[in-house]
Amino acid sequence: MKISRRKFLLSTAVVGGGVLIAYSATRPSRHKLANADLAEGEERYITSYLKVMPNNEVTVYVPHTEMGQGVHTSLAMMAADEMDAAWELVIIEQAPAIDLFANGDIVTGFAGEFGVPSFLMGLIGASSKAIAEIGNLQTTGGSASVRFTGETGMRVAGAAAREMLIECAANRWRVAADECTTALSYVQHNASGRSLSYGELAADAALLEPPEAPILKDRSQFNIMGKSMSRVDIPAKVDGTAIYGIDAHSDEMLYAALRLTPVFGAKLVSVDASEALNRRGVKRVIELEDSVAVVADSYWRAKEALNLVKSEFETTKNDSVSSAEIFARFDEVLANENGSKDFEQGDTDAALESAADVIEGNYRVPYLAHAAMEPMNCTVHFHDGIADVWTSTQDPLSIRGRVASIGGLTEEKVNYHISYLGGGFGRRLPFNWNVIDHATLIAKEFDVPVKTVLSREDDMQQDYYRPAVSSNFKAAFDADGNLLAWHNRFTGPIQTPGAAHIPYAIENQSIRVVDGDTHVPIAAWRSVDHSQQTFFTESFVDEAAHRAGKNPYQFRLDLLQRHPRHRKVLEVAAEAAGYGRNLPAGRALGIAVQESFGSFAAEVAEVSLDANDQPVIHKVTCAIDCGWVVNPGAAKAQVESGIIYGLTAALYGEITIEDGRVAQNNFPDYEMVRMATAPEIDVHIVESGEALGGLGEPSTPPIAAAVANGLFILTGQRVRELPLKNHDFSQSTPVASV
Amino acid sequence: MARFKVNGVEHDLDIEPEMPLLWALRDELGMTGTKFGCGIASCGACTVHVNSSAVRSCVTAVSTVEGQEITTIEGLANVAVGVNPSAPDLAAVQQAWIDHQVPQCGYCQSGMIMAVSSLLARNPNPTNAEIDSNITNVCRCGSYPRVRSAIRSLANV
Repeated sequence: MKISRRKFLLSTAVVGGGVLIAYSATRPSRHKLANADLAEGEERYITSYLKVMPNNEVTVYVPHTEMGQGVHTSLAMMAADEMDAAWELVIIEQAPAIDLFANGDIVTGFAGEFGVPSFLMGLIGASSKAIAEIGNLQTTGGSASVRFTGETGMRVAGAAAREMLIECAANRWRVAADECTTALSYVQHNASGRSLSYGELAADAALLEPPEAPILKDRSQFNIMGKSMSRVDIPAKVDGTAIYGIDAHSDEMLYAALRLTPVFGAKLVSVDASEALNRRGVKRVIELEDSVAVVADSYWRAKEALNLVKSEFETTKNDSVSSAEIFARFDEVLANENGSKDFEQGDTDAALESAADVIEGNYRVPYLAHAAMEPMNCTVHFHDGIADVWTSTQDPLSIRGRVASIGGLTEEKVNYHISYLGGGFGRRLPFNWNVIDHATLIAKEFDVPVKTVLSREDDMQQDYYRPAVSSNFKAAFDADGNLLAWHNRFTGPIQTPGAAHIPYAIENQSIRVVDGDTHVPIAAWRSVDHSQQTFFTESFVDEAAHRAGKNPYQFRLDLLQRHPRHRKVLEVAAEAAGYGRNLPAGRALGIAVQESFGSFAAEVAEVSLDANDQPVIHKVTCAIDCGWVVNPGAAKAQVESGIIYGLTAALYGEITIEDGRVAQNNFPDYEMVRMATAPEIDVHIVESGEALGGLGEPSTPPIAAAVANGLFILTGQRVRELPLKNHDFSQSTPVASV
Repeated sequence: MARFKVNGVEHDLDIEPEMPLLWALRDELGMTGTKFGCGIASCGACTVHVNSSAVRSCVTAVSTVEGQEITTIEGLANVAVGVNPSAPDLAAVQQAWIDHQVPQCGYCQSGMIMAVSSLLARNPNPTNAEIDSNITNVCRCGSYPRVRSAIRSLANV
C-alpha cells in the first residue's frame, strides 16, 4: 500500500462499504534515513486508523501493544471522543504489524522532548543494516503511547473523521457544515431535526479529501476522555482466554529448550548430546554459535533432555569478572577521571573550595533483571517460503524485521501474530533480541512451528539488565546552611538524557558521566536511568537537607521556587500523607520527587522496621501531575504498578555477576514484593492542564529514595546502596525531627 | 499413561508419570490459560485446583493427580461457589476482578484467581493476615492493592 507524500490524512474505502481514515504525519529530519533505506515510502508515518462500518460500528486500530498499561482502551478513547463516536459502538483492535501502522510519532515526540533516547536511537539513526533489519517502528515504551501517538495521532484521526462525516451530511442536506453537530455516532442538523448515522455516511466520507488540520476538542468538550472506562483487555484476563506469545499452540508444534552461554559473549565449543537424543520425544539437538538447543514434542521433554546435554563454552577474558570487581573499577574511574559533561553551571570547584561545609556521599545500585512474569519466548513457523511469528513484544514491526533478517526472508514474507504481553518493562523492546534470534535459527531447521521458551532461570540470566551504576556526590554549604554547589560524577552510559539533572536552585552544578561499560548487556528497565538516578539525587538532596538542619520537605520546596509542578505534587503528596503529623512510635515518613517522561511524581513512604529489623513499607502516597488524564482508573493502576515495581527493586533487587555470569536463578534469590509486603497505595492525580505526560514509568523513580529517606529518619542510617535487604538496621538511632 | 479429569472432562494421556501437570495441560491438551512462571512453585502463575485445593501445577507430577478432579481457570465458573447471577459465565471472584480492574498484563492472574477462589471457598472472610499468608503469588505489575480490594469486596458480601 503506497501513500502519497502530499497527503496529511488518507482515506480509502475498505471492503464492506466502510471508510478507513488514517492519520499520516509526514515528518522530516528523524526519519530521513529510514525513508532512504525503505522501499515502502512513507507508510511508516501512518500512526492510526479508524474504520467506520455501515452498521455504525467504529473500529479503532491501536498501533501499540498491550502489556497491562491499558493502551488499547486509552488510545481508542482519544480517537472515539474526538470523533464523537458512541463508546458502545467502538471496537478496538491492535493494528497489525505492517508498515501502514507504524507509530513513528513517538520518535518525533521524544526528539522534541530531550533528543531520542538510546533505546530508540538505533532504530532511526544507526547503520543502514540496523534500519533494514527493523524496517519500521511500532514501539511501545517510554511512557509514550498516549502522549505522543494519542495526542498527535489518535485524536487528530478522530477529529478528521468527524469533520469528513459532517461534510458528507451537510452536502446531502444542502446545509452549511457549521449548522451540523455530532453526538454518539450521528451527525445532526438541529434546525431541521434531521440526523444520519456515521455508518450511513461512511461510503461518501471515503471519497473526501481529509482536512489537513482538523480542530481538536477543548478539554471541556470531552465526553469520553477523562472518564474511567473499563479496560477492554481485562475480561479475557480473568477467564484464561487472553493469549500471550507463549500461548501459541498447534498440534504439530515442536518445543525448544535453549542453553545460552553463561558468560555473555562466549561461543559454544563442544556438545555431547548422546544421552539427550535417546530421550522420548526429542527430535534434534541444535548447536548454534553461542548456545545449544534441544527440540522435542513438548517443552518439558525438551527441558529435561537439555539437562542431559553436556556442553562446553570457550573461556573469555570476562570469565573472572564479578560485581565486586565491576564496582571497584567504577570507583577507580570515578576517582581518576573527570568524565564528560552532562550538565554544568557556575563554578562548582571554586564553590567546594571556599565552602563553609562540604558533604560527600558515594552511592551505588546493582544490575537488575526485568523478570516479566511471562518468560521470554518466541514461536516461529517457516513454511511455503514465509514465516509466521508469535512472540510477546513491545515492537511487532521490528520483530517482523528481525525475524526476516535472521531468517533470510524479506519483511513481507513474515507474518507477526498479535498477542498480549505478560509484562514488558523494557525487556521486550527492540535490540533485546537474543530469544528472537535463537528461536528463528532453531525454527529454520523445521517446517512445523517451533516454540522456544526460556526457563525462569535463563530468563533471569540472559536478560539485558538495568545497568549497575555508581555515583559520587559532593554538596557545598555556606555558613548559613545554604546549598552552594552540587557535584555529581556517575558511571554511564546515559540512556535517558537529563535523568541525573536536578530541579533545585543551586547556583553551581557539575554533573558529569564517566565510562561504566562492562561486558554485561544492558537495556531500558522501567523508567530507565530515572530509577537509579532518582535514588541517588533524591537521597543526596535529603542528606543535604538534614546537614543543613532543615526539614527535607521544606528544604525541597524552598529550592523549587521556579518549578511549580514539582512543588505542587510535593504539596499534594505531603498533605495527603499527613506529612509532619505525629506518627506512631517506630514509624517515619520519607519523601522524594522526580520529573520523568513528561510527568511529575512526588511520593511519601511510611516505613517502620519489623521484629527482625527489616524495612516494612506501610503506605505510599503519590501525587502525580501528568498534565491531564485520559482514563483515570487505568492511570491510577499504572501509578500503583510503577511504585511496586520500584519498591521490589529497592527492597530486594540485585543481580550480581560472579565468574562473568549472573548468580541469581529464580524468584527465591531474586525476590519480589508480594501481597504480604505490598504497601497500601494512595494515588492523587494532579491535573495541571499542561501537555500530557507519561504514566507507565514516572511513579517508579521516587520510591527508592522516599523509602530510604524515611529509613534515615527512623534509624539515622543513610542508605547509599541498594537493595535494602543487604542493610543491617539493628543499630539504629532515630533522627530528631526538624 | 495418565488419567485425570480437567474441568469435568476425562483425559487419558500417554505421557510420563513425572511430567508436571502444567505441561500436560499446556502442551498436551493445549489449555493455555494456566501459565508457566517459574517452574519451582515460587510464583503461583500455574495454580490450578486439584479437588478444589489450590496447587502449583509446575511441580505437580501427573502421577500424583491420577483419577482426580482438576479445575483450571477455563473451568472455574462452572465449579466455583458464588456465581454472579448477572454474569453467569463468571465466578464471583472473576467478576470482582473485572469490577476492581485488577489485572494489568494479566499473565499471573489465572493463578492469582485460582489461589483466591480456593482461599475463599475455605475461608469466606479472610483477615488481611490470612490473605497475606495464603496468597503468595507474584504479580510483577503490582496488582496487589487491587487483589486485596477485590477479595475484601467478596468477603464482605
